[in-house]
Amino acid sequence: MHMALVGTPNSGKTSLFNALTGSKQKVANYPGVTVERKEGFFVTPNGRQVSVVDLPGTYSLRGRSPDEEITRDFVLGRAKGEVTPDFVLCVADSTNLRLTIRLLLELKATGRPLGLVLNMFDIAKRRGVTVDVPKLSASLGVPVVTSIAVRKGGTAELLRLTDEIAAQAQPQTKQNQWRPLSASELRATQREADRIIAACVSLPARPDTWSAKIDAVVLHPVAGLVVLLAILFVMFQAVFAWAQPLMEALSSAFDSLGQFVHDTLPAGLLQSFLQNGVISGVGSVIVFLPQIIIIFLVILLLEDFGYMARAAFLMDRIMGGAGLHGRAFIPLLSSFACAIPGIMATRVIDNRRDRLTTILIAPLMTCSARIPVYTLIISAFIPEKEVGGLFNLRGLVMFGLYAAGILSALGVSFVIKFFMLRDYQPAPFMLELPDYKLPRLNSIAIGIYTRAKMFLQRAGTTIFAMMVLIWFLASFPQPPAGAADPAINYSLAAIIGKAVAPLLAPVGFNWQIAVALIPGMAAREVAVAALGTVYAIEGGKEAAEQIGQVLATKWSLATALSLLAWYIFAPQCASTLAVIKRETGSWKWMALTFAYMLALAYAASLATYNVAMALGAG
Amino acid sequence: MTELHDIAQQLPSGLPSELPLGLAPRGYVGTIHRLAAGEAASALPHDELESRLIELGFVEGARVEILHEGILGRDPIAVRVDNVTIAIRRREAMAIIVG
Ligand SMILES: Nc1nc2c(ncn2[C@@H]2O[C@H](COP(=O)(O)OP(=O)(O)OP(=O)(O)O)[C@@H](O)[C@H]2O)c(=O)[nH]1
Ligand SMILES: [Mg+2]
Repeated sequence: MHMALVGTPNSGKTSLFNALTGSKQKVANYPGVTVERKEGFFVTPNGRQVSVVDLPGTYSLRGRSPDEEITRDFVLGRAKGEVTPDFVLCVADSTNLRLTIRLLLELKATGRPLGLVLNMFDIAKRRGVTVDVPKLSASLGVPVVTSIAVRKGGTAELLRLTDEIAAQAQPQTKQNQWRPLSASELRATQREADRIIAACVSLPARPDTWSAKIDAVVLHPVAGLVVLLAILFVMFQAVFAWAQPLMEALSSAFDSLGQFVHDTLPAGLLQSFLQNGVISGVGSVIVFLPQIIIIFLVILLLEDFGYMARAAFLMDRIMGGAGLHGRAFIPLLSSFACAIPGIMATRVIDNRRDRLTTILIAPLMTCSARIPVYTLIISAFIPEKEVGGLFNLRGLVMFGLYAAGILSALGVSFVIKFFMLRDYQPAPFMLELPDYKLPRLNSIAIGIYTRAKMFLQRAGTTIFAMMVLIWFLASFPQPPAGAADPAINYSLAAIIGKAVAPLLAPVGFNWQIAVALIPGMAAREVAVAALGTVYAIEGGKEAAEQIGQVLATKWSLATALSLLAWYIFAPQCASTLAVIKRETGSWKWMALTFAYMLALAYAASLATYNVAMALGAG
Repeated sequence: MTELHDIAQQLPSGLPSELPLGLAPRGYVGTIHRLAAGEAASALPHDELESRLIELGFVEGARVEILHEGILGRDPIAVRVDNVTIAIRRREAMAIIVG
């Protein structure tokens, strides 16, 4: 049997999907989390195999934005090469049935067998909502069950229902008669829904007082913005300050490992490969895991708590000044973790121009892959100092880099507004603000685990592969016998690096940086690993020095600052570019993103380097 | 009737008995009388705007309350519609006639 999960945004479809299939798809407390179709399988108590598809949330089948179109096309069987569902399960937030029941009435026209799940029944019960389930089922003419997607055993009734439906297994007979409803038909459907609800559901007026109390502060015009700024500030400071002890532990663990390899293996290519290529290279990236976990943790907590939609509300008009839509806030904030999910999340923006602008600037948000680059340079060049007795100078510089990313994103968006996509009227901003929910430990843990695993997998695949390449380039050809210079000067890496270096000399980059930037096209953090390997090989076969200490002696402050400026803008992430191509459906936008970011990177580095030199930081 | 009395006290004096939600102050409580998409200067076609409003629960008879407003131009507003809170710009809220 093929089942589809449909419902208004944030009603718990993905939670239900995860509970049924044991998947770990992303769940969070704001509308528009799911933007893709995801299939999973489960076996009912009676042993029937069921395929279930999780879909983006939608208020109707009209399909106003790319994510809603996915839902519409799947339900109507228009998706190419996809099965049409033989059972559509409508998932409702039981505390707010009006909109889902209207959707369900609309879905009847599709002719597909329907069912209704009253999800979040725990919350409804706590608020004193009572539902006459048999009566509701009779009024709607579809089976109705209750569920608590986030509780063990909370889907028992749904599983039972699935078995019943599967057992009937009558072929779908009714014709699909769905067509977009006119406003007056919608109104009539809503009236009908309200009538049914009035007859079957009693809603004592016990609103969520907690949400109201929190919102009194969080959505206050002034206090709300202060809270938002404080959250962002703590997030960026935390990345630097809190992760330090763990990072040092990891870093010394890799050092001892390198030392161990150095001591146990005979000097030679194998020793060099393991010590310089693998451990110095990949290790120098893995060290940053704690920081990346912290940034993901903060974002996950905000998402689960229900803060994201509030932040979008607060920022709507402010971002409007720079030509951005309020709905762009959530994708942009997610881009602090990684631009790829951020760019995908723009599917919830229905206006094409708003969506394009957001996609173009999302890569300017400081993603977690820049953290290793920033941290490495900051720790090597910025002294550890207290500022104003409260802040840490390094943390402040980090905050400054984040701020630079945000400001330049706003600037670029402003330029787009004025010069490129001019024929535009502000698209409306309408967003449901969900009630706050206590973040659930389990889902946070799963979120962190998934992200950490992805990061380590990347370290083990992309970054490792690049390291092998760099190590090879930096080690061959071997120097002629009796050569006076360090061996690396005779290698392919030096030849390539020195060929590119003149281009980068005006911005203060030496050939080692040039070498690191090239494989860094694959992913930003590869540059750190590449520097680790290049300097480890150059440094000879002695015990591995920490890469940061090496940089501090080899680079001028001006060069370091210039590289920081470079990475605010550098378009160095192949996967992001690929996603831009896919989401915009054109090479043009991808090429444009690449070109404008590269131009900004070069200009920013050039300016930074020259100003720093003029101020005597050479 | 005490409810009406409370509302009257919250409102600045002189608010007409029927007005667009887009002009109502924070704290306003009322009921939707009708939708008038033609009266909002929204970028959306009238029918589309009306459909979207209905899909979010803005239908005749629904109780609305303005809970919060943004800092710039008191915009957007967070409106309680029956059991849900919806963020919407005043420009679009002009289409919701309340009283
Ligand atoms: N208490 C409680 N919380 C739930 C239940 N089901 C889901 N949630 C929470 O509701 C929020 C939304 O859940 P999701 O599964 O992401 O909702 P969705 O319908 O997939 O949302 P979109 O993908 O945005 O359409 C999350 O914070 C969940 O933890 C439930 O039965 N009880
Ligand atoms: Mg979902």
